[in-house]
Amino acid sequence: MTSYCNWKAKAPYGNVIKLIRKPCAPNWASVSLESTGKLLSMSNMQAWDAGRAQARIRELEHLPGALLPILHALQEEFGYIDPQATPMIAGALNLSRAEVHGVISFYHDFRHHPPGRHVLRICRAESCQSMGCDALVQHVEKRAGVKLGETTPDGSLTVEQVFCLGNCALSPAVMLDGQPFGRVSPSIADFLIDSAQRPQ
Amino acid sequence: MTVKVYVPRDSAALSVGAEGVARAIASEASSRGIEITLVRNGSRGLFWLEPLVEVETSQGRIAYGPVSREAVAGLFDAGFLDGKAHALFLGPTEEIPYLKQQERLTFARCGIVDPLSLSDYVAHGGYRGLQRALSLAQEDIVAEVTNSGLRGRGGAGFPTGIKWKTVLGASSDQKYICCNADEGDSGTYADRMIMEGDPFVLIEGMTIAAIAVGATQGYIYCRSEYPHAFRTMQRAIDIAREGGYLGANVAGSGKRFDLDVRLGAGAYICGEETSMLESLEGRRGQIRPKPPLPALEGLFGKPTVVNNLITLATVPIVMDKGADYYRDFGVGRSRGTLTIQLAGNIKHGGLVETAFGITLHDAIYKFGGGTSTGRPLRAVQVGGPLGAYFPASFLDTPLDYEAFAARKGMLGHGGIVAFDDSVDLAKQARFAMEFCAVESCGKCTPCRVGSTRGVEVIDRIIANENRTKNLELLDDLCELMTDGSLCALGGLIPLPVMSAIRHFPEDFDKPAPAPPTLIHPDVLKSNRETHPWR
Repeated sequence: MTSYCNWKAKAPYGNVIKLIRKPCAPNWASVSLESTGKLLSMSNMQAWDAGRAQARIRELEHLPGALLPILHALQEEFGYIDPQATPMIAGALNLSRAEVHGVISFYHDFRHHPPGRHVLRICRAESCQSMGCDALVQHVEKRAGVKLGETTPDGSLTVEQVFCLGNCALSPAVMLDGQPFGRVSPSIADFLIDSAQRPQ
Repeated sequence: MTVKVYVPRDSAALSVGAEGVARAIASEASSRGIEITLVRNGSRGLFWLEPLVEVETSQGRIAYGPVSREAVAGLFDAGFLDGKAHALFLGPTEEIPYLKQQERLTFARCGIVDPLSLSDYVAHGGYRGLQRALSLAQEDIVAEVTNSGLRGRGGAGFPTGIKWKTVLGASSDQKYICCNADEGDSGTYADRMIMEGDPFVLIEGMTIAAIAVGATQGYIYCRSEYPHAFRTMQRAIDIAREGGYLGANVAGSGKRFDLDVRLGAGAYICGEETSMLESLEGRRGQIRPKPPLPALEGLFGKPTVVNNLITLATVPIVMDKGADYYRDFGVGRSRGTLTIQLAGNIKHGGLVETAFGITLHDAIYKFGGGTSTGRPLRAVQVGGPLGAYFPASFLDTPLDYEAFAARKGMLGHGGIVAFDDSVDLAKQARFAMEFCAVESCGKCTPCRVGSTRGVEVIDRIIANENRTKNLELLDDLCELMTDGSLCALGGLIPLPVMSAIRHFPEDFDKPAPAPPTLIHPDVLKSNRETHPWR
């Protein structure tokens, strides 16, 4: 189990920092799963409901350039964009269904199928590559028993790739349900996967 | 008076447990009957020390870090509320050399103030730039920005004042200000830090831009990978509106300006300005050919200022302190400060804001402390996925736009990703092409098709098929992509690919790796032994 290791700092800090800790993996016990955000949190995800979708579309259709805000709202509500939403949005925004479909399929964020109850996004960009994210991805795939982009058979966890979470000074980085984790060691990844797969 | 304790709410700090630390401090204080004021500030940008807890004492702010939840009780026992010694004691925050050796202008308040307190912002010099701007004529604001030498911090380095002048000169019933906060480059996080740590500086910068060019509506295009930044920005806009700094009567001037923050959806190409405008309008993020320039026909076909977040967040200090003050920092044609972001395999990763001109070596060793793994540094990629890979012999390159261009590199948004000697540059070159293939918007053929063909050619080079011929072919393909692509994605992806080949030829000259096989090699071998005819 990796933990902070005490480590004597050398210059350039002179006498200011007497003792700083080696920047290795944080003690995962101090990392908890308190939800800090709602945006990508899967906990309040609803099953597809056309009436509810129509209401969310109506709330936002007046915005200039409303399509992306609507798609985000639907994905926040249901975890994915149901195919039935396409004609509803097209009607509300006076677009063709092809145009709406084109936008949904263009952006990596929008899912076409419901995700698991939790979503683990692993950064695979250059900064995280320099800190071994490829090995981390392999480890996670093995531990969770799924490939990137797949959901575990029990529906508890979807593992996705992402290109940069903006946590590049603490690579490798992941995000679980919108909550960021940095300097992710295999043991932290195990902790996150186990937490997500715990029966509710 | 209660003691003020600062625990960052920056998402990088949260990623190593700042939330748990904040809760532990609050509960420990209440169980000991001590009254404290817990401020959730942004990050100072010393990420290897996060969670960095600060305490306000009579000697100024004293830092402790990295603090874990388990260390909190010990900190109370040691008397950290009075700035007493402890194993995690770092001394006065401002005296930590990493911070002391910087010149923080854009990030002057980040990590110091409560990001969602308007009064805190104003108390730390906020909105002075806007007040001055409101006393000037529109042409004079633009002239001030032009004279400051401020150039677009997104990567292209186009002079900001010139862009504003074009928009000011355009006549239209509606103009827009768009902030590009689609910070997709790996190794960069400065935009995120501002949105989470000092959002009002961006709001002020955009307001000044709006007053200067006569725009009434602004949009911030924030990437969806930054949920915390998005929420902080939304709340800051509401607070600024309630405080009278946005809306129909900005700061009592009678001028109108309002702001909205929009979420991207995971498309790297939307960091390109025309593609971002398409996305804001609700379409596929496909780039638009230029001309027309967005300054004349931008969002919804109206004249639009599109600036990078750091550019806009720098405008308030330029207006506050004057063009001369800002221009005095920097070298050559790169004036002012650069926000360097140290990332990847680096010991002391973090934000370094300093005048243009420090060398790559100083950034990586004086500030960054070398690689995190302790192995020798082999390659550095500056400027995100479209930036060149530099070998260790290029570390004398000064960080300024022209010096990087002269070495066929790109400064980009100032992100520096360090790699130790375990890196395989052939793999990195392949990744660059693959990334381009995945992220290409599909508008132009050189990028859409060229990137896929590029991956195939690199695969053949790695597999040692006609290596010399395929290297020639790749060179030819890269030249075509550079000259023929409509935007910087296809146009610059040859930079990382060709720089890897140029500076690390040994990685492209290795024996071909064993082809992947579904049958275990031992089984194959035993098959061969038992069935010699196979």
